[in-house]
Amino acid sequence: MTKVDEAPKARLEKPAHPVPKEARTRPFIVEFYGSAIAKKWLMAITGIMLMGFVFAHMVGNLKVYLGADDLNHYGEWLREMGEPIFPRTVLLWIMRIGLIGAFAVHIVSAAQLTRMNRKARPDKYESPRDYAAANFASRTMRWTGVIVGLFVIFHLLDLTWGATGADWTRGEVYENLVASFQRVPVAIVYILANIALGIHLYHGGWSMFQSLGWNNRKFNDWRRLFAIGFAAIIVVGNVSIPLLVVTGVVD
Amino acid sequence: MKVTLTVWRQAGPAAQGRFETYELDEVSEDMSFLELFDVLNERLIAKGEEPVAFDHDCREGICGSCSMMIDGRPHGPELGTATCQLHMRKFADGAKITVEPWRAGAFPLVRDLVVDRSAFDRIVESGGYITAPTGSAPDGNLILIPKAVADSAMDAAACIGCGACVAACPNSAANLFTAAKVMHLNLLPQGQPERWERVTNMVDTMEQFFGSCTNHGECEAACPKEISIDFIALMNRDYIKAQFKQRRLASQRG
Repeated sequence: MTKVDEAPKARLEKPAHPVPKEARTRPFIVEFYGSAIAKKWLMAITGIMLMGFVFAHMVGNLKVYLGADDLNHYGEWLREMGEPIFPRTVLLWIMRIGLIGAFAVHIVSAAQLTRMNRKARPDKYESPRDYAAANFASRTMRWTGVIVGLFVIFHLLDLTWGATGADWTRGEVYENLVASFQRVPVAIVYILANIALGIHLYHGGWSMFQSLGWNNRKFNDWRRLFAIGFAAIIVVGNVSIPLLVVTGVVD
Repeated sequence: MKVTLTVWRQAGPAAQGRFETYELDEVSEDMSFLELFDVLNERLIAKGEEPVAFDHDCREGICGSCSMMIDGRPHGPELGTATCQLHMRKFADGAKITVEPWRAGAFPLVRDLVVDRSAFDRIVESGGYITAPTGSAPDGNLILIPKAVADSAMDAAACIGCGACVAACPNSAANLFTAAKVMHLNLLPQGQPERWERVTNMVDTMEQFFGSCTNHGECEAACPKEISIDFIALMNRDYIKAQFKQRRLASQRG
């Protein structure tokens, strides 16, 4: 009798065939980030955030041409922004944290994709390649990206913390800027870094449309024009300031 | 005409490879590039040497077998042309031509110019099908398809799976191949039931083998079927949508 009773129970405990372990489901965000296409999508989204910052930063900085009062007043407004619902500098810090997050995602994704791509071709071509479509900008994204990243650190040291040796007083944006840019090597660093940024934007400002899947033959030609226009505006606007300071036009 | 061929020779996957140079004269301008290799191999055999191994089959540009990196470009300098359709008249008399196999981690070298492209089969297996009732063929025009959709799906379906896109890509990415295979079905009404599964599975399989797309556009320029990178954007769009899509609502419209 006992044997008859135990047989079905044994079957329940030990299946006759090996059964694969139930796959552990990873959280959505981990699963999503695991894909290279999703990483590129995130790079496009964070790229747009960074482009928005770069554009607003340039527009703000062009107030240097309106004089010290306008620029310093604008700098003060950035801290007051959002008052009274946000206490002083709180909205600014929220934006800064968002920006740091966007930078982090953009850089970490790029680094991981670069590693993936290096591994995908362990044996290189032995004869020289003849590229038909890849341009200078698209092939130097990693270099221009690193240059811009290092420049941001220098720029913070220079004008946010006043740590590069020029006369620097907190809140005196115009005077700090002029004092720093009157040093020729510093002006050259600013000009070269902004040219690198322009090259980065020339490819990134076009490539983001592909990564986001924004492709429509009605507007595809405009994507390249947008990238050229955006890069040109940023480079001209940002380069003009150190150029005009170092040549003595603005002082 | 006379040409000097520098060809990658490698006896097997683990063997040390090297370039060998061969002088060929009395080459006809009407020869295809593969016929040039036939002539070379005839001579090598006559001399008792090993012929150069290379993939070829239909020789009319539709099978996707031929795979040579010619002077740094997959399938050579002509746009929209597979190696088999490339003719010697496109080269100057006395030309020095360097020929190398496709190079990608997912395409292990078999011998000389032959690489194993079965990673592409893994991608297609994971989603390159539709569910269709068996039995007699349905009546024509039972499913209406807008002309623009049919044209676009056909453009994607022109992919012959040669691997030139991977060979051309600085990242060894297979996004153009996968996009063509995903989108030719995802664009059509017959492909809709598996649309989200297909793009997810095929992309995930692709990423196990190949690099990632950085939008250089080299693949499009190298493709013998001139498949547009528009399909890569459409695949990206479908992939991202598929990740957020609530699958059990997939049959609802709008």
